[in-house]
Amino acid sequence: MVPGDPARLALGPRAPAEVVERLRQEMYLDKPLPVQYYYWIKGVFSGDFGRSLVTKRPVLEDIKEYLPATMELAIFAGILMAIFAILLGTLAARFRDTWIDGLIRIMSYFGVAIPAFVVAVIFMMVFGYFWPVLPALGRLSPGMTPPATITGMLTFDSLIQGNFATFWDAFKHLILPAVALSLGGLFQEARITRSSMVDNMHKDFLAAERGYGIPERVIMFKYLLKPSLIPTASVMGLDFASLLGNAFLVEMIFNWPGISRYGISAMLHKDLNAISAVIIIFGAVFVVVNIIVDIIVAFLDPRIRLSTAKGT
Amino acid sequence: MRNVNQTNNATAVATVKPRLLFWQNIGRKWFKFSRNALSVIGLIIVIAIVISAIFAAWIALYPEHAGPFVDFDNAGQPPSLQHLFGTDNFGRDILSRIIFAFRGAMIMAIVVLALAVPPGVLLGLIAGYFHNTWIDTVIMRITDIFLGVPPLILALAIASVLEPNLMNAMIAVTVMWWPWYTRLVYGMASSISNEYFVIAAELTGASKFHIIFREILPNCLSPIFTKMALDVGWVILIGASLSFVGLGEQPPTPALGQMVSDGARYMPTFWWMTVFPALAIVLAILGFNLTGDGIRDMLETRMG
Repeated sequence: MVPGDPARLALGPRAPAEVVERLRQEMYLDKPLPVQYYYWIKGVFSGDFGRSLVTKRPVLEDIKEYLPATMELAIFAGILMAIFAILLGTLAARFRDTWIDGLIRIMSYFGVAIPAFVVAVIFMMVFGYFWPVLPALGRLSPGMTPPATITGMLTFDSLIQGNFATFWDAFKHLILPAVALSLGGLFQEARITRSSMVDNMHKDFLAAERGYGIPERVIMFKYLLKPSLIPTASVMGLDFASLLGNAFLVEMIFNWPGISRYGISAMLHKDLNAISAVIIIFGAVFVVVNIIVDIIVAFLDPRIRLSTAKGT
Repeated sequence: MRNVNQTNNATAVATVKPRLLFWQNIGRKWFKFSRNALSVIGLIIVIAIVISAIFAAWIALYPEHAGPFVDFDNAGQPPSLQHLFGTDNFGRDILSRIIFAFRGAMIMAIVVLALAVPPGVLLGLIAGYFHNTWIDTVIMRITDIFLGVPPLILALAIASVLEPNLMNAMIAVTVMWWPWYTRLVYGMASSISNEYFVIAAELTGASKFHIIFREILPNCLSPIFTKMALDVGWVILIGASLSFVGLGEQPPTPALGQMVSDGARYMPTFWWMTVFPALAIVLAILGFNLTGDGIRDMLETRMG
């Protein structure tokens, strides 16, 4: 099915034929496909993704090493995306049909159309060569000792251990890749927040609150924003998926030692065990994110929450 | 996934207008489209890209530069009148290469949509018409599996196990693209199949084939066309992402993502090698997005 014999790829072209044959038997490559699949599934459920053909280590160990870096980046980018999307969307709705709204609209057309890898390359050029105020490569400056591993997320670990210098350095390294990752989703969500808020502006419950004399600012943030965030939250789940996809390119550009960069190198070397493990991990992350989004939506929309509580 | 399904159903209800056909009132629709300056700008960009893709060999000043061409005397020239966007490390004209790269991008968009939309729509129609049966369950759960992996990762994975070339990049993107149409059409078809005109057709003894293709499909066309128009930009984006990693068109044939990644190696001295192909990608996606938005407003569809 796939060109190239994985056992031969693993051992190199000069390995003797009987060694390759022994590895083929070890990898069950001499068995029919369904049997191979059975052994693979059995391994996955016991946490055994097989051995990487490139790093020669169990894939699970590689994942343990590289996954935290990607999670740190993705979480930070997701937080950036959520905060600025809601902020810009609220601003645009508050000052709708003024130049602020127009500016955010134009920014959103471009923000959606510029691929994350283009942003990353441009950042690389600007901050890497012309205006080096932010570090553009890796997770820590050379010479910095990483904090003792608790979660593997450098900013989190150094903060817990009270190592603020390391935290600041790790944080600065996060900024460029995270911004590059978050831009696309950010502007799309800002647009959705804006239109949803404008739709809700003329609802009766807001007229009632204005009638009670509640200040406009309080209405805006307390009563209007919350129901208007439901579509934003739904889209955020999908945007997080495309963020994880774009991480594959962005990590490569910024030399970020995460699971996506590992995945890309696995893909370019046809390292099948690593590829399938990476895909399973991302699928699992995606499912978890969707569950979180559903919980957030239920929190925002009492109708969903109550209908589930009744068991209907 | 609940919220997504709900929006889909809500969308479908909003879009159901019995017997709304795409070509009805095309003059009035065009008038509506042309009232929006942004849509018209988008359409102009799209037409320019399509024309340059078709007539690349005549438009490009140096058509031979889109191949195995080497001229080290002119390597790394900054933008000038001879080479508007400069030349790359082999002395090839960047503008000519971009024009030829548009050709690959357009071929990819057309082939992917032509291959992904019909099966996606067909499965969506079948699952929607037989909703709440085992057929629905089988089709939609398989769709969910494909939708359960972030799209770009799936495309990268499929492209990587095949040989890297344009053909296999198109196959990879097609495999990840059809489920989105299945889900879109499923939401609409399942609510349309409860409409009175479908029930009436069933009672008069119309065949299932007739109901699916003559009663339900015409009512789903507007959102499908809208999504296709918007998707051209996204296919170009995914194609550029794949070729950026080296999983698309292979050098010396130019591809937009591959030009950006080649140029990134010569930064910051030959900045034009990166910046202009990057701008070309942005322009193409922007053009198709604006046009798609215009078509959506024109057809009064909401994509959820």
